[in-house]
Amino acid sequence: MAALPPYTSTLERVWHYTYLAICGLIFLFLIGPILVIIPLSFNAEPYFTFTHAMLTFDPAGYSLRWYHNILSHPAWIQSIKNSFIIGPAATVLATVLGTLAALGLSRPQMPFRGVIMSILISPMIVPLIISAAGMFFFYSSVDLTQTYMGVILAHTALGIPFVVITVTATLSGFDHSLTRASASLGASPSHTFFKVILPLVTPGVISGALFAFITSFDEVVVVIFLSGVKQRTLPLEMWAGIREQISPTILAVATILVAMSVLLLTVLELLRRRNERLRGIRA
Amino acid sequence: MTTADGKPLKVSLRRALRRQRIWAFLLVAPLLLFILVTFIVPVFNMALRGIENPQVHDIMPQTTSALKAWDGEGLPAEPVYAALVADLQAGYKSKEIGKVATRLNYEKVGMRSVIMSSARHAKRMKDGPYKEAMIHVNRAWGDPATWRLIKRESAPYTFSYLLAALDAHYDDNGDIAMLPQDRRIYVPLFIRTLLMSATVTLFCILLGYPVAYLLANLPLKISNLLMIMVLLPFWTSLLVRTTTWIVLLQSQGVLNDLMVWLHVIDDQGRIQMIFNKTGTLVAMTHILLPFMILPLYSVMKTVPPSYLRAARSLGANPLVAFWRVYVPQTVSGIGAGSLLVFILSIGYYITPALVGGQSGQMISNMIAYHMQESLNWGLAGALGLLLLVIVLVLYSVYNKFIGIDKIKMG
Repeated sequence: MAALPPYTSTLERVWHYTYLAICGLIFLFLIGPILVIIPLSFNAEPYFTFTHAMLTFDPAGYSLRWYHNILSHPAWIQSIKNSFIIGPAATVLATVLGTLAALGLSRPQMPFRGVIMSILISPMIVPLIISAAGMFFFYSSVDLTQTYMGVILAHTALGIPFVVITVTATLSGFDHSLTRASASLGASPSHTFFKVILPLVTPGVISGALFAFITSFDEVVVVIFLSGVKQRTLPLEMWAGIREQISPTILAVATILVAMSVLLLTVLELLRRRNERLRGIRA
Repeated sequence: MTTADGKPLKVSLRRALRRQRIWAFLLVAPLLLFILVTFIVPVFNMALRGIENPQVHDIMPQTTSALKAWDGEGLPAEPVYAALVADLQAGYKSKEIGKVATRLNYEKVGMRSVIMSSARHAKRMKDGPYKEAMIHVNRAWGDPATWRLIKRESAPYTFSYLLAALDAHYDDNGDIAMLPQDRRIYVPLFIRTLLMSATVTLFCILLGYPVAYLLANLPLKISNLLMIMVLLPFWTSLLVRTTTWIVLLQSQGVLNDLMVWLHVIDDQGRIQMIFNKTGTLVAMTHILLPFMILPLYSVMKTVPPSYLRAARSLGANPLVAFWRVYVPQTVSGIGAGSLLVFILSIGYYITPALVGGQSGQMISNMIAYHMQESLNWGLAGALGLLLLVIVLVLYSVYNKFIGIDKIKMG
C-alpha cells in the first residue's frame, strides 16, 4: 500500500488518494475532539470556543485560571484523592483475583470453562445502569452503600473482566512444557510460579491492571448510586459539573485526564514491545 | 499395568487428572465467588424486583387470605370486608398502608386516595357489619373491579410491572390489553434504543472498515504509529469524550463558530447539533468506534494479500475483487465488532443523559428516572429485566459464534 506500482491507472491513482483522504478525516474524527479541548482549557475567558486573542496567539488570551480553580476548590481536591484511593484498591483486588483465575482457566483440565468464563466477563456486558441499580439495592441491604468498601468492591467487579481477558490472552501463547521442565528440574510449584510463570505473564498482568484502573478511574454510574458525600470521585464531580453548569474548569480536568491516558497508553505500548521482544527470543 | 506403588495405572492417572481439575477449579473459585456475591446476585436481585409484589401480600395478610375463597363474581361476602377493615387499621397504625396505596395506584389511578381515606375511616370503626359501612365510606368498595384488582395484586409475584414496561395493562375485567396508542411510552423507547444502537453500529462499520483496512495493510512501523490515534480515544475517559462533543457541537461551540467564520451559515442560523438525537449518535459513534476497529484490524491482519492480487490477475475489476474476495474474508471481524458495539450501545446511559436532550434518551435513562425520581422500583426492575434479557441473548450469540475470550483490547 505504501507506494503505488507504476502500472496503476489514473482512476486508481485518484481513488487511492481519495481513500487516504477519507481515512485522514476519520482519524481526525477520532483524535480531533480530544485535542481540541487541550488549548481551550487554557482560555482566559469563560468561553468554550477559540477567542480572537487565542487565535492570534496573544499571550493575554491564555491563562491558567481554570487550573487554579481546580486547586482552590476543596471538592475537586477531595474527589481526586478519592479516585486515587478507590482506583488502586480496586485494581489490586481485581488483579490478584483475576490473575489467579486466569491461571486456572488456562489449564487444559479446567472444568466448565465456557460457563465460568462467561460469568466472569458478564460485568463488562451487563448495562451499567442495571449493575448500578442492583448493587444499590443489594449493598444497601448489607450497609455497604456510602462506604469506600462498597465502591471499591463494585469497581473490582467491573474491572475483573479486563484482567481475566488480558491475562488469559497472554497465557494462550504460554508453553506448558516450561512448567513441566521446571518441575522435572526439581523446582517446587511455588518456585515454578514465581520464577517461570510470573515473569512470562507479567506484561499481561500489568496491562490488565491498567485496564482495571482506568475502568475504576473513569466509572461514574455505579458511583452515582453507591457513593455518599465522602466518596465522590473525580468522574462524579465532572458529571455533576457538566449537568449543572458546564464551566471551563471541566476542560482543565479533562485535559489532566487526557494527559493521564497518554501516560497509561505509553506504559502499555512499552510493555507490548517488551512482550514482543521476549516472544521473539523464545521463537 | 501398575505403577511403582502397585496401583493400576488407569486408577493412578484418573486420580492425578482429578487432582489437577480440582487445582484448576480452586484457582478460579475465589474470583467466581467474588463475582457471584458482588455482581451476579445484585443483578438478579434487581431483575427480580420487576416481578416481586410484596406490598398487598405482606401488609394486608388477612384480606389476602380471605379473598382466596372469593370467585371474582359480584361482591365478596362480609368476612372479606371485616378482614379489610382489620388490615387497614393495622396498616394505618404501622404507617405501612401508604405502600399499598402507592402500589395499587400504579395499577389504577385513584386507588391511592381510596385506600388512604378508607384507612382513616376504618380506624374509627368499632364493629360490623362492615360491608355497608365500607361501601358508604367509598363507593369503590361496592365495585367488583376494585376487589378483582386487590385479589390479583395480593399474589406475591406479578406480571403487571412487566406489562407496564411493554405498554400493556390489566383492564377492569383482569384481561391483558394494550394501552391506547398515544399513551405508549416504553415500547417506542425500546424501539428507539434498538434503532439508535443499530445506527451507531452501522456508522462504526462505515468509519471503522476503511481505517482498519489501512492499518492492516501499512508497514508495521507506520501502522503502529497510527494505531495510537485509535487507542488514545479508547483510553480516554468517557466523560472527557462526551464533554468534547458538547464543546464542539453546541450552538456557541467550535464547529458552529468555524462555519460562521467560513460563511457556510450566518450568525443567526447556527445549527443545533447537540442535546438531541444527532448529538447522541455522533458522540456514541466516536466512543464506540475503537471497539469496531480493533477486531476488524486483527482479522484483516490474517487475510493474505495474495488472494486479492490473484483475483485481479484473473480479471476481476478492483471493486468486484474487493467485494467478492476481500470482504467475505473479514465477515467474522465485522460480526465480532458489530455485536460488541451493539451490545455496548443498547445499555448506554451517561452519553445520552449528557448530550441526548429529549429526543436522544435511551432505555437506560428511563430506568435511571424510575430509580431516582419516580421511585417506581418495580417498573425500573421490569424495564431492567427486559433490557437484560435482550443483552444476554446477544451475549450468548456472541459467545457462541465468536467466543468471549476473543474480545480485543488493544
